[in-house]
Amino acid sequence: MITKEPVITVKNMVKKFGDFVANDNLNFEVYKGEIFGFLGANGAGKTTAIRILCGLSSPTSGQMTVAGYDVFRQTEKIKQNIGYMSQKFSLYEDLTVYENIRFYGGVYGMKVAERKAKTAEMLDRLELTAYENRKIGDLPLGWKQKLAFSIAILHSPKIVFLDEPTGGVDPITRRQFWNLIYEAVEKGITVFVTTHYMDEAEYCDRVSIMADGKIVALDTPEKLKEQYNAANMDEVFLKIAR
Amino acid sequence: MIEVKNIHKQFGDVVALEKVSLTVDQGELFGLIGPDGAGKTTLMRILMSLLLPDSGSATMNGLDVVTDYKKVRLITGYMPGRFSLYPDLTVEENLKFFATVFGTTIQDNYYLIKDIYQQIEPFKTRRAGKLSGGMKQKLALSCALIHKPEILILDEPTTGVDAVSRKEFWDMLKRLKEMGITILVSTPYMDEASMCDRIALIQQGNLMSVATPPAMAKSFPEDLWTIKTRKIYNTSKSLEKLPSMISVNSFGQLLHLVTPKGVYSKDAIQQFLTQNGEVEIAIERAEATIEDVFIFLMNKPKEKS
Repeated sequence: MITKEPVITVKNMVKKFGDFVANDNLNFEVYKGEIFGFLGANGAGKTTAIRILCGLSSPTSGQMTVAGYDVFRQTEKIKQNIGYMSQKFSLYEDLTVYENIRFYGGVYGMKVAERKAKTAEMLDRLELTAYENRKIGDLPLGWKQKLAFSIAILHSPKIVFLDEPTGGVDPITRRQFWNLIYEAVEKGITVFVTTHYMDEAEYCDRVSIMADGKIVALDTPEKLKEQYNAANMDEVFLKIAR
Repeated sequence: MIEVKNIHKQFGDVVALEKVSLTVDQGELFGLIGPDGAGKTTLMRILMSLLLPDSGSATMNGLDVVTDYKKVRLITGYMPGRFSLYPDLTVEENLKFFATVFGTTIQDNYYLIKDIYQQIEPFKTRRAGKLSGGMKQKLALSCALIHKPEILILDEPTTGVDAVSRKEFWDMLKRLKEMGITILVSTPYMDEASMCDRIALIQQGNLMSVATPPAMAKSFPEDLWTIKTRKIYNTSKSLEKLPSMISVNSFGQLLHLVTPKGVYSKDAIQQFLTQNGEVEIAIERAEATIEDVFIFLMNKPKEKS
């Protein structure tokens, strides 16, 4: 259920590395319960912005809140209220499925009983119960990514950040992954996602497109296609980001 | 020309390649399409003589990749999936290094890389590790080309690269192909298939299909429909109840419905959806995309031979 209640507010966000302006005065809001697509070319400044919103990097200036907490002063609070998964690193390959879950449950300070109940439910949903003692490194990529996502939302965060979660995943698993995203939204979690698959941009409630450190477009996929007179989001992206 | 005959490779119990045979013609731009873990990298590493097959054989322009491996390396250019240039050397130093290793100079073969290298030449004194993803990719391609190879092997050059840079990269490959270079390229992006002369769909160590992209699309054996709806999720759930339906998948703003050949008409599907309370639906017959073919073949139970 999408509301107009913001869970992320970004006002005049600037991040400089020396003379280089990575984020050049960004302004946007993400509403509670929406799937917010965060697109842009390589080097446009997406990762910099995500790192700031996750409390991992300090902005140069601006007023930003995530889940109601200030990104300058309350980064620890932010970390407790979000989940994060990336394509590059998500789980410990040398730990088993169960050990990874226990580890992350511990990091997020979950109570043992709660963690156990949620673990059982999650493994059942992913049909992974028989594999709980397998090392992560032995699982196919698609399984890992679905598991990594489920672990990222195990502690019921307000927002989950997904950085290219489906890169390199087969077309069937990619769609199953999006079903998991929809289920998370049903539970009231807000989803902030980046992707290079333009068909996935269509699955977002709203999409922002970054180029050269600025947000150059932000609207629903439908309105963006109308505005840029494009048949699909791929065309919109090629028209804007070039 | 690349000829692969019954190549088999296992890592312990895991079969990475299961008796794969394949021919890439002289001057062809050939795409190996499949997800991570399908066996693309293993095949390429065997062709580059970096890995030995358990059984089977392969030749590159007539040279055996096991017995003539030294000669194979001289006539091939390779871009591994992971960025593998020297991050502490500058752009120009990397290129010079690769030219020297192969006993040539940048000047000798500059014409070959000119189009690509010119785009990163303004940064030639920058260290390779400090380049953006798109620029790294252009430098890696330049380094793979600097000894004027007859065959190029590119392992997922566009993975993690944005849609604009990906398109530019494929334009570069087309120009290289026009210069007569045989190119084998792998990608997990199904939409890039149409840029290739021929493609192979690979999954779990098996080639599921090899054909030109249009022929592969035409080979789709069942009926495919695109369905436009305001409520993708609801309509998809309704369609799952359609008797004898084969699959329904979301493709961006549309649903793709597959039904057995000749069983349904557009009106019949429309009627079914209306009965299920779906409104404002637009149904069209459509030609399959490569991704449709891939999903179809993945779902098909393996025929035991």
